[in-house]
Amino acid sequence: MASPGRGDDRLGPPTSWSGRGPGSWDDSPQRSGAFPQQFPAEEESPEPRRLVRPYTVTGGRTKPRYKLALEALVTATVYEPRDLSVLAPECQAILQFCLDWRSVAEISAVLRMPLGVARILVADMSADGLVRIHQRDDSEGRPDLHLLERVLSGLRKI
Amino acid sequence: MTSVKIVVAGGFGVGKTTFVGSVSEIQPLTTEAVMTVASTDVDDLSHVPEKNTTTVSMDFGRITLEKDLVLYMFGTPGQHRFWFMWDDLIQGAIGAIVLVDTRRLADSFPAVDYFEASGLPFVIGINGFHGQFPHRSNDVREALAIPSNVPVIPCDARNRESTKAILVTLVEHAMSMQAAGRY
Repeated sequence: MASPGRGDDRLGPPTSWSGRGPGSWDDSPQRSGAFPQQFPAEEESPEPRRLVRPYTVTGGRTKPRYKLALEALVTATVYEPRDLSVLAPECQAILQFCLDWRSVAEISAVLRMPLGVARILVADMSADGLVRIHQRDDSEGRPDLHLLERVLSGLRKI
Repeated sequence: MTSVKIVVAGGFGVGKTTFVGSVSEIQPLTTEAVMTVASTDVDDLSHVPEKNTTTVSMDFGRITLEKDLVLYMFGTPGQHRFWFMWDDLIQGAIGAIVLVDTRRLADSFPAVDYFEASGLPFVIGINGFHGQFPHRSNDVREALAIPSNVPVIPCDARNRESTKAILVTLVEHAMSMQAAGRY
């Protein structure tokens, strides 16, 4: 079991998700809530610019690894509360929010992060195996007749 | 799990969010994209830290149609200069509903032009404010130069059944366009 002082490591460079064994952090004296108010990365910028700050958590990247539709559905593949502390607070929030299927647009709206940031984080988390994404392939174009029939019958029933 | 979307367009204040809210199973939510005023690319702030940013908002709602099928309805951003957001919105969409306020018909021209040019199936909903429809559907069709195969129907954006009826009309229209090989 970790000693109480190890919780301080959290302010250091983030380690990869898979690098932490289960139980590493469970006796941390620090907060374990889903929405820590402190964003460590902000402290590193002596002159934080309003423009750039939403993108601090993405490491300054403005493009996701791959295209995500607004309506792409996201669900957490793992839910181990004690392991979440190594993730950025935004990613922790996404995991907790996506216990059920949620769209990229809902993640952006409910967790109050710009759409571009939500897309980048979700794509990263998918690459890390933290979330599963369901979206129609771009190459499929518009929904086919079979899918439209399902939508039509669903609409008539509501 | 499958998700599909429908776009709800129209001028500012025409009732897009009311429309979405009348049939959505959740209170309409708002997603925001940060962008630079001069930019034409969403969220690309990497090399222009001194420019002013602006936020483009889109309201949306959700209907669970089956346990593994979800429909999202997205209202378009009101400002026409944010066309690039529309490209994002219509990607893979079933189609669009253009809400029209007959007192401000010209507000709907850009949306109609855009959907015609992009080949997206769309229908026109004439939102009758206070239940008033001072203009006949055919007059609106003529004023907007809407082809005869595109449905033009009066509606009440506040009314769930009326909103549902337009959604059904749009999906049927998309099916008939697809069956006819129109896209």
